[in-house]
Amino acid sequence: MRRRLKLLGMSFRPTRAWALPLVLAGLLAGCAQDGGSGVQSAKLSMVQGRGKLVCGVDGKLPGFSFVGPDGRYTGLDVDVCQAMAAAIFGDASKVEFRDLNSSERFAALASGEVDLLSRNTTMTLSRDAPGGNALSFAPTTFYDGQGMMVPVASGITTLKALAGKPICVESGTTTELNLADRMREIGVAYTPLKFQTGDQTYAAYLGGRCIAVTSDRSQLAAKRSSFPNPEAHTLLKDVMSKEPLTPATTNADPAWADAVRWTVNALIQAEELGITKANITSKVAQAKANPNQPDLRRFLGVEGDFGKQLGLPADFVVKIISAVGNYGEIFDRNVGPASKLKLDRGVNNQWTKGGLMYSPPFR
Amino acid sequence: MRDPQALLDPLDRPPWWRDRRVIPWLGQGVVALLLLVLIAFLLGNLVHNLTTRGMLLSWRWLGQPAGFDISETLVPFSAEMPYWRGLVAGLANTLRAVLTGLVGATLLGTLAGMASFSRNGLLRGLTRTYVETIRNIPLLLQLIFWYFVVFLSLPNGTAALQIPGVVLAKSGLYLAGFGQGMHWSLPQLVNGVWQAPLRLSVEFAALISGLIIYSGAFIAEVVRGGIASVPKGQWEAATSLGMGWFATLRHVVLPQALRVIVPGLNTQYISLAKNSSLAVAVGFTDLYSVAETTLNQTGRALEVYLLLLGAYLAMDLVISLLMNGLNRFVQIRER
Repeated sequence: MRRRLKLLGMSFRPTRAWALPLVLAGLLAGCAQDGGSGVQSAKLSMVQGRGKLVCGVDGKLPGFSFVGPDGRYTGLDVDVCQAMAAAIFGDASKVEFRDLNSSERFAALASGEVDLLSRNTTMTLSRDAPGGNALSFAPTTFYDGQGMMVPVASGITTLKALAGKPICVESGTTTELNLADRMREIGVAYTPLKFQTGDQTYAAYLGGRCIAVTSDRSQLAAKRSSFPNPEAHTLLKDVMSKEPLTPATTNADPAWADAVRWTVNALIQAEELGITKANITSKVAQAKANPNQPDLRRFLGVEGDFGKQLGLPADFVVKIISAVGNYGEIFDRNVGPASKLKLDRGVNNQWTKGGLMYSPPFR
Repeated sequence: MRDPQALLDPLDRPPWWRDRRVIPWLGQGVVALLLLVLIAFLLGNLVHNLTTRGMLLSWRWLGQPAGFDISETLVPFSAEMPYWRGLVAGLANTLRAVLTGLVGATLLGTLAGMASFSRNGLLRGLTRTYVETIRNIPLLLQLIFWYFVVFLSLPNGTAALQIPGVVLAKSGLYLAGFGQGMHWSLPQLVNGVWQAPLRLSVEFAALISGLIIYSGAFIAEVVRGGIASVPKGQWEAATSLGMGWFATLRHVVLPQALRVIVPGLNTQYISLAKNSSLAVAVGFTDLYSVAETTLNQTGRALEVYLLLLGAYLAMDLVISLLMNGLNRFVQIRER
């Protein structure tokens, strides 16, 4: 005879109850504790084992990350992901892209769903600090500033003229906070309309619900290029903030963050040295033939062990430049003269040409 | 000498490890122990991993200035106020949407439920079409439709839709009411901008339209089920006493149907309260929207989600409690 028994108000058949902890234990098998990372990056080993890099991007921002009609991702942010894949695998195609909205991005990175966040993300103190979002930022890949876009027909030319008007903004962005700060400074009351995704934000703006939309100036220019009637919209002159858009990893794995940092530096350094996708092969041949160019030889991995120190192949720089070109090429192709956005290099030029792009030495 | 208890037993009791009265308890004890160990392991794992990532629970951020604005609030809020004030303002907005939704959906659902028993075939047909269409389309799609397709294509200014006392424009829904000095006033156009004592944003209007119409369809089915549960004889008896269709429904059928309707209604009310968090899709700043911004600024994902879970749980439990009270009230009381 079997008897029913009550435990915590539930009735169990004694024999069946034995199975419960077994099932739960089985479920738990996958949730082992996180191991600490040693010299070798745990994340890098994991990515190598998986055979591909998972990269978080916006996916809907022309010039930075955008899915073309052929289903391929292109853009400045995308090229950073591909440079990283080239550095690890020697193959820029070994990337899986994850579209993330601004609210999801940090959780996706913190939980390990993406290895690298290359999604027009502004570097700030609170996002960097261990007590905040605890990210680890690579070098900035695009120096931007916040702007405001209005329809030309509205006749609005200053921020003050936006008093009492609804302004569309994407929630969970630095732009949302900068908007509140700037408007408070100039003492203008306004109505913020917040949307979870860029698509909804721009749909509401185009639908005429708000008189202005605010975001990074590059993003506004990019979105405008995909509007049905781009000439009908204009950017106000005011630059409301500094927005250094920067790839990020988590604080948890400094060795992985280093690999990302020096991959981005390699893009910038290659431009400074005049190494391009077109001449990389001849540069390597030149470095191999000429022992009197130690800088070039070290940079291209002909001598020294810089790659190994980062846990990457010795010739990771060669792989990167062969795959995506140097920073200048990436800029021109995606957001510069060769693109629809036609943005000026401006502060994004090399430091030797009066810009902010500066790679620390490879030595 | 044998103890007296054993003397009463016709058979000797077996040793405890073979005793049928002991074994099940033993089994349960072991299971309970394993469960406790499991929970301790999970908690330990959580604390360990959170500590290594520096993410242990902390609530100090609640008192820091929020730095963001909220466009429409019942309680005063501005960017220099702390996060907790922002969350309270968000909660107030959620409650406003939920309460309006509950009242509207109940009215619409009851009417539609009653109409499905109407003698008018057209009305019955319309009701069935409404229920079957709305029930089978996801709420998120409906909300986006209401906001982006319906409300955002409304005209502005003088071209706005006007019925006496109500103006429907892209900038909002304007209603007549008691304005300054308790004077009854109608919506007016001042310098190309509508002014009225009562203004609802189109975001709020889109949210409650979606919630009311969606939940109304489910409530209509609950009401229909309740009415159908009343035996046909009750209708016939009332009709033979000379009562009309509406009087029968009002005095004979509905009071009996309520017993069946109220528990079903409880479920619908709870899901309406939870569905209100879809407000983010249409730009209405509810609790979830504020929480999401907060989470992004502070990086305190665990704490923010715990607060959110707590708030929605509490809201639903209160609804349940009230509905259970109502349920006891409408049940047949046995004497």
